[in-house]
Amino acid sequence: MTNLSKEATKLQELAYELKVEQAMTPDPVTVAPRTPMTRLRELLRDRRISGAPVLSRGKLVGIVTIEDLIKCLMKGRTGVAVGSVMSQEVHTLCADDPLVHAVSRFQELGFGRLPVVDRASGRLVGILTMGDILRCLLKQLEVDYREEEIHRYRASHIFEDILADDIAVSFRYQVVGGDFHRAGSCSSRLRTSLLRLGLSPEAVRRVAIATYEAEMNLVIYTPGGTLDARVGKERVVVRVRDGGPGIPDIEKALTPGFSTAPDWVRAMGFGAGMGLPNIKELADEMRLDSKIGEFTDLEFGVCL
Amino acid sequence: MNLIKIRQLLEASVLCGAESIDQEIQCGGGADLMSDVLALMEPNSILLSGLTTLQVVYTAEMSGVMAICFVRGKRPPPEAIELARARGIVLMATRLPMFESCGRLYKAGLKGSSEVPPGTARPGKRRHP
Ligand SMILES: Nc1ncnc2c1ncn2[C@@H]1O[C@H](COP(=O)(O)OP(=O)(O)O)[C@@H](O)[C@H]1O
Ligand SMILES: [Mg+2]
Repeated sequence: MTNLSKEATKLQELAYELKVEQAMTPDPVTVAPRTPMTRLRELLRDRRISGAPVLSRGKLVGIVTIEDLIKCLMKGRTGVAVGSVMSQEVHTLCADDPLVHAVSRFQELGFGRLPVVDRASGRLVGILTMGDILRCLLKQLEVDYREEEIHRYRASHIFEDILADDIAVSFRYQVVGGDFHRAGSCSSRLRTSLLRLGLSPEAVRRVAIATYEAEMNLVIYTPGGTLDARVGKERVVVRVRDGGPGIPDIEKALTPGFSTAPDWVRAMGFGAGMGLPNIKELADEMRLDSKIGEFTDLEFGVCL
Repeated sequence: MNLIKIRQLLEASVLCGAESIDQEIQCGGGADLMSDVLALMEPNSILLSGLTTLQVVYTAEMSGVMAICFVRGKRPPPEAIELARARGIVLMATRLPMFESCGRLYKAGLKGSSEVPPGTARPGKRRHP
């Protein structure tokens, strides 16, 4: 595929995914049926817009545009109000319509702008032009990429900018036991931070998976604990400590397939007894210590 | 194989990440067992799953999985879509069941995790003296 057609396909897919509300101008300038056309003229000029929805007691009753104003001026009907000039048949878009639907409505109707209403209440929530759509698509293509680039640029310079014989960066995360909903969020943030520090994707992947397995164990089996990561120039060391119940038989716990996970954990795709063995496999070194009724203390390191 | 082709083969809809739909995928895998994903999935891959929890997205993220397609018409909760969007993971949904989804992709030439040449997708352990 050529680059251009690749970009075009991408835009097409984006237009399916993005919703009208992501591209529209919210809270647009509105006028009332009794607004004089002279006032409309000022509004269009001052706000640099080419049309406005007409509301009567909060309800959308029409739309008035710069063409309507010009016609009025040509006929010398400058004293009239918006209500006698506006188009009463208003085509609208719903805020949750996909952008691609908006594009085809614009093509079909030939209008420059369409008011956007909330599907449930019918209330006016914004206005959309083809320009808005284009801006939104272009922005979407760039934004995500650039934001992460900036984070990465800033963080990765720590190791070069600090003058020392050795340097290590430490971060701590709190894991809440039993909170399955947030299970994974600590490892996820650690992973993002390691990538921002400029570590190689393979090393980050090994640390991330191992940490995630350990985090899941804290969530499933313990009242919670802490996750400490120490990033040096040569290795990342992660230490995971919790406040009990402890592991009765460490050797057994390290055996592939051994698991005491309850059914509800299995129903969520965990508890195959591969967590600790997987950590051991991924790490360059690993240490596991535990005391019944007191704590479990796991530490593993990955060389960079 | 690129994600656009995959989307077409699976007759899937894109839930998020359409801006990255032109990415090349190395290989694919189907799993409802997250431990299997963590142990076996290669990076730069697509994961087909019948589970739609937030942890599927986290699991994919940790493994370097680029895209997830939910099979059998299942839809993830909005938080899962938000998370995937924030982490740059493409989400799709197909009404096809797991077996057929995997079959269509495999037949079209997408490799499985164990079939990609070592060293490309799986870097393996690098030990330093
Ligand atoms: N932090 C922990 N505290 C108490 N028990 C644990 C802890 N981590 C692991 N275990 C025990 O070790 C077993 C094996 O753990 P793991 O290899 O991660 O497999 P799985 O979590 O799938 O059961 C668990 O089923 C559990 O009984
Ligand atoms: Mg486990």
